Amino acid sequence: MSASFEPVIIGFTCNWCSYRAADLAGTARIKYAPNVRLIRLMCSGRLDPTFVMKALADGADGVLITGCHPGECHYIEQNYKALRRYLLLRRVLKGMGIAPERVKLVWASAAEGMKLAQEINTFVEEIRALGPLGWNKKLAGREHPVDMPLEEVAV
Amino acid sequence: MSAESTSNKPRIGVYICHCGTNISHTVDVEKVREWAETMLGAEGVVIARDYKFMCSSLGQELIEKDIKELGLERVVVAACSPHLHEMTFRGASKRAGLNPYLTELASIREQVSWVHTDKAVATEKAKAVVAGAVERVVRNEPLQEIRVPIHPDTLVVGGGIAGIQAALEIANAGFKVYLVEREPSIGGHMAQFDKTFPTLDCAACILTPRMFEAGNHPNIELLTWSEVTHVAGYVGNFTVTIKKKPRYVNTDLCTGCGICVEKCPKKVVDDVYEAGLGYRKVVYTPFAQAVPKYPVIDAPNCTYFQKGTCKACEKFCPTNAIDFTQKEEYVTLQVGNIILATGYDLFDARRVSNYGYGRLANVFTSIEFERMSNAAGPTAGNIVLRDGKTQPKTVGIIHCVGSRDKNYNNYCSSICCMQSLKFAHLVRERTGATVYEFYIDMRTPMKAYDEFYQRVLEEGTLFVRGKVAQVTNAARNEREEGKLIIQVEDTLAGKQRRIPVDMVILSIGMKPRRDSKEISHLFGVGCSSDGWFIEKHPKLDPVSTMTEGVMIAGCATGPKDIPASVAQGAAAAARVLNKIMQKEVVLEPIKASIDQEKCSGCRICNGLCPFNAILFHENRMVSEVNPALCQGCGTCVAACPAGAISGSGFSNEQILAQIDGLLMDLNLAAA
Repeated sequence: MSASFEPVIIGFTCNWCSYRAADLAGTARIKYAPNVRLIRLMCSGRLDPTFVMKALADGADGVLITGCHPGECHYIEQNYKALRRYLLLRRVLKGMGIAPERVKLVWASAAEGMKLAQEINTFVEEIRALGPLGWNKKLAGREHPVDMPLEEVAV
Repeated sequence: MSAESTSNKPRIGVYICHCGTNISHTVDVEKVREWAETMLGAEGVVIARDYKFMCSSLGQELIEKDIKELGLERVVVAACSPHLHEMTFRGASKRAGLNPYLTELASIREQVSWVHTDKAVATEKAKAVVAGAVERVVRNEPLQEIRVPIHPDTLVVGGGIAGIQAALEIANAGFKVYLVEREPSIGGHMAQFDKTFPTLDCAACILTPRMFEAGNHPNIELLTWSEVTHVAGYVGNFTVTIKKKPRYVNTDLCTGCGICVEKCPKKVVDDVYEAGLGYRKVVYTPFAQAVPKYPVIDAPNCTYFQKGTCKACEKFCPTNAIDFTQKEEYVTLQVGNIILATGYDLFDARRVSNYGYGRLANVFTSIEFERMSNAAGPTAGNIVLRDGKTQPKTVGIIHCVGSRDKNYNNYCSSICCMQSLKFAHLVRERTGATVYEFYIDMRTPMKAYDEFYQRVLEEGTLFVRGKVAQVTNAARNEREEGKLIIQVEDTLAGKQRRIPVDMVILSIGMKPRRDSKEISHLFGVGCSSDGWFIEKHPKLDPVSTMTEGVMIAGCATGPKDIPASVAQGAAAAARVLNKIMQKEVVLEPIKASIDQEKCSGCRICNGLCPFNAILFHENRMVSEVNPALCQGCGTCVAACPAGAISGSGFSNEQILAQIDGLLMDLNLAAA
């Protein structure tokens, strides 16, 4: 692994908490690693595991899922559903030979701009340590991850 | 709209904002523009522009002109957070005849220029964010905003001064208000105070007329001794369930004569109104001017409820209003808007064990002092030590107890400096005692506050700048014998001092209600980690919340003085009236819908919806979303194994395309 490896991370945010935390980090000019690119969802419960697979297949080295703290969901309890899917997804990834640590779930309330920034920084370093995933390169020319030889999927 | 694009992709315009230098300082805006025009041409971008302030009217006109002249079918504005200007740019598109939902705002300020420092890296990230928005906007569908009627009634939760003010404003405008208060009377903390700073007018004299007005207003229905237990619905159409605790007094018969209170043989310590300093009967009204005037029986302390005997109140009641059989009652109300003015709790001074509260008798809290100095209070306004008779000769007032302290609360409680100055004035006026104020910084910023500070200085109160380390009764010499000794570093004189006093008053700070988290969940409003409710915008929208139709006012959002609480109560009421007068509210058309053709009837989605918005048609074996109940979270969309559920505004196609766009650079390099 070259020392200059800069991971690319897709981050999913909830409109009510973590997206606002990102806004707050901005307003407060809190600096964090530029490796993360955020997508706004209305709720972490909207996160279809397909989105995570898609991000990895498109070349992301890690995926950060963020949502409201347990018990604080804007939609009452949908973040628990995100938690359930996340835990299942990690098992699926493990089964595929992917380090489940490439996907991480973090709770961040609208007031936690600083926390979100720190979590992003931590996750970037964790992914940096894991090295590139490079699914997009392996997949180039193939229609679907299923077409990928098993030994190539795993890193 | 002219749609003669060369490909079948819609014609997209990309607008990149400099935001003065807020964005252009860290992002090479020109480079992003050039890149968008060349590299995203294949995605349908026909024009890319950059402008100093896209949100200015000139910036918006730029978009409108291009929509009309270039026949744009989609617009991407790369600027600030959609939470700030999404409405602005949707409005621009709408004015030019483009469906507003075909406009995307890409946040390259909050998510790029303000949080990153390396210009080259930030510029690359800005490109990715723009590409994500372009890919997404292609899949956006024209949506129609949803209009729903607003129920004209309002619920105000909390009968302190902020809630009373809000209720009166709305009621005076001619609309019905339900004012819910969990204590037996409205009035809140203000009803406990003696004088109010800086004018020193008597709290009761200015508050009780308002209480009376609220209690007798034809448009205000008071629900005291009641609590909200359930809230359903959304702006304009809330259904609220309220628990009315049993008073054991029939309010239709009670005249408020007070004979029951007089005859009740049992007294208990009044922890609420008298702050533990005085007693009340078991059947009681918290104070003489209570609104409503009807008493409440405190069942856990009542001899009849505990032992089955007594019933003195019942025997003496001239109107037979006592009713021991009352049960708690639940009422359901329909309201269009809600104002939360739930107030604050006081910091528990026992936590600062080095100040000795609860251990050293003559250490008092500020609220105890308020009751003590109040002529209607337990000492009839006499300022005396815990023995109830000795006047203090020296009094020490300690500021910032529980506030501005990393061990407790970091925030400033904002009222303690002024209340401490008020106490100094009252002590000197009534006892002539020597008064010391121990402060960290003196904060007197509002109208006539600093003048009051000057006045107290001139009256001869002694000020010691420094945080008190300890209050102790361990005397080191004769001078300290029998006194409370305040150990403090005098930071102006640069030395340690031990000051013996007879009485210590701890100016305790405010903290969020102990159940503020539960309240925030009940009403679906944001709550900071401290426990204060979160405003929609701390400066520009301090009384709204992220939940449409739920406003916040007073100390529930953070420490405030009386004028600020009153102003917020009125402001929240103005917001509500503005909604009522509009008669209908526009809702975001972000909803789930189920394709009946694709639905397999597996019912996985049914159990996922916390709003019961998904119905299952047994006869056709398909599920259907009730759009009136759907809140648009999208959890069912993500769960549907058949892909039959789509979420407008956040469809699978939009999000998958956004991922493609965000990662486009990686795949260009790979190709």
